[in-house]
Amino acid sequence: MTAVSLENVSKIYAPRNAGWKKLFGRASEPGFQALDHVSLSIEPGEFFGLLGPNGAGKTSLISILAGLVKATTGRASVCGYDVVADYKQARRALGVVPQELVYDPFFTVRETLRIQSGYFGLRKNDDWIDEILFNLGLADKANSNMRALSGGMKRRVLVAQALVHRPPVIVLDEPTAGVDVDLRRTLWEFISRLNKAGHTIMLTTHYLEEAEALCGRIAMLKNGRIVALDTTEALLARVGGVDLEDAFVRIMHQADAPSSQEITV
Amino acid sequence: MSPPDTVPAQPLLQPRLDAGSGFPTLLRKELLRFWKVSFQTIAAPVITALLYLLVFAQVLEGRVMVYGSVAYTAFLIPGLMMMSMLQNAFANPSSSLIQSRITGNLVFMLLPPLSHREIFAAYVLAAIVRGIAVGLCVWLVALFFVPLWPQYPGWIAVFAVLACGTMGVLGLVAGLWSEKFDQLAAFQNFLIMPATFLSGVFYSIHTLPTFWQNVSHWNPIFYTIDGFRYGFFAVSDVSPWRSLMVVAGVFIALSLYALRLLSSGYKLRN
Repeated sequence: MTAVSLENVSKIYAPRNAGWKKLFGRASEPGFQALDHVSLSIEPGEFFGLLGPNGAGKTSLISILAGLVKATTGRASVCGYDVVADYKQARRALGVVPQELVYDPFFTVRETLRIQSGYFGLRKNDDWIDEILFNLGLADKANSNMRALSGGMKRRVLVAQALVHRPPVIVLDEPTAGVDVDLRRTLWEFISRLNKAGHTIMLTTHYLEEAEALCGRIAMLKNGRIVALDTTEALLARVGGVDLEDAFVRIMHQADAPSSQEITV
Repeated sequence: MSPPDTVPAQPLLQPRLDAGSGFPTLLRKELLRFWKVSFQTIAAPVITALLYLLVFAQVLEGRVMVYGSVAYTAFLIPGLMMMSMLQNAFANPSSSLIQSRITGNLVFMLLPPLSHREIFAAYVLAAIVRGIAVGLCVWLVALFFVPLWPQYPGWIAVFAVLACGTMGVLGLVAGLWSEKFDQLAAFQNFLIMPATFLSGVFYSIHTLPTFWQNVSHWNPIFYTIDGFRYGFFAVSDVSPWRSLMVVAGVFIALSLYALRLLSSGYKLRN
C-alpha cells in the first residue's frame, strides 16, 4: 500500500462570480488550471520532495490531499484511504504544516496543541504533546499566548500542531520560509528522526539545498504538471549541473521549450 | 544533514482510527473563545440591556400598562433578555468564523476529521450557551429593579433554547457567507438589528396599526419574544403553541440549509 497516491488529479479553480454569470446565461471565463492530470505515488517511509516555482500547483496538490480543496477530476488517497470517500481516516493519517503563519490568538501554546489533539479525538495526549514541545524547543513557551511568540516560534507551533495526532504521513509546505538557522536545524533533526521511525515525509521548499540533503526522491511541478520525477541522485545524474538548484533551473527551462519531454521514471 | 536511503523499505504506519470524535473539543474551544473575553461577550451586552431598561423605565414606568395589568418595566425585561440572547447567539458563530477566516486559522478546524454535523452542532450549541448566559445575567441584574419571576419556566427554557439555536444557525450561515468584516456587519445591521427591534421587544404588537401588526407576524423573531414573554406573564400576543411551531419550523429549515452549506464545503473547502 502506498503512503500517498494521486491518480490523474486535475484542479481547475472557477473564476469568481461564475455562478452569477451562469445564472444569467453568460459564458464565464475558463478558470485557472492549477493541476493538470497529476499522477504520483509515495511509498511508506519516503522523504519526498515536491519542488516547483511559485504558482506551480504544489499547495493545490497538498490542499487536495488534506481535503481543503476538492479535485476537479481524479482520485487522491492517503495510506490507502480516499480523501473524499474515506475522509475521516485519510485526515487521521495526514499531518499538514501550512505555508502561512497562522494561529489562534485566544490560546496559549499548550492550549493550542490540546485543542488540535482534541479535534482528532485524542483528549489525554499530554505525554506526546510534551515530547513535541521539547523536541521543537517550545517547552519554555508552553504557557505563553500565541500572540506573544516570535515568527519562528509560531512556525514551530505550526509544526507541532501537524504532529499532535502522530500522523503516518507528514506534509511540510515550505516549513522553513523566513526562519532562522537554529529552527531549521532543530526542525530537520526532529523530522529526520520521525522519518527514520517510519513516518512518510512530503516536503515543499524553495531552499533546494535542504531538498537535496533530505529527500530521497523528488518531483518537480510546473504549470500544474509534473515535469520531472526521480530519485535525487538520478535527477542530478540525468540533467547534470553542480547541484539540485542547477538541475532545477535546467529542468524548468527545458519544460519551457516547445518540444520538451517529461523527465520521469 | 544526510540524505536517507533512496528506496526505504518501511512498513506503513497506521493512523489512530480508534480515536473519538472531535466534537467535544470544538464545542469546548468555542465556549472558551467567548469565555476568555467575557467582559466583551457577557458583561457588555448586559450593560447595554441595563441602559435600555433604565432609560425606558424612567420615561414610561407608571404611564403604560401592557396586557391590561403588566407594568411597562416588567413587560420590557423579557424583551430585553431575548434581544440580548438573540444578538449574542448570532454573534458567537459568526464572529468566530469570520475571525478564523481572516486570520487563516480556520484551517486547523478543516484539517481534522470533523464531519459537517459535528461542526454544526459545536457552533450552534456554543451559541445557545452564550445566548442563555447573557439572558440569565440580564435577568439577574434586572431583578434589582423589578422582582420578575417566571410563571411557566418550561416555556421560557424552550423558547430560550430554540431562539438562541435559530440565531446560532443564522450566525453560522452568515459566518460561512461573509468573507470580510463589512459583509458580516451588513448582515447584522440590515437584517438582525431591524428584525429584533421591530419584533415587539419594546411594545406589544397590539398597540400597532393593523398593517404593522400583520408585518410583525411575518417576522420570526416576534414569535421568539412573544413565546418567551408568555413564560413570564402567562399572557402573550399570540398563542405560545403557534409561536413554538413557527420558531421550531424556522430553526429546522435554517439548520437543514446550514448543514447543506457545511457538507458542500461552501466557502470553506475551495
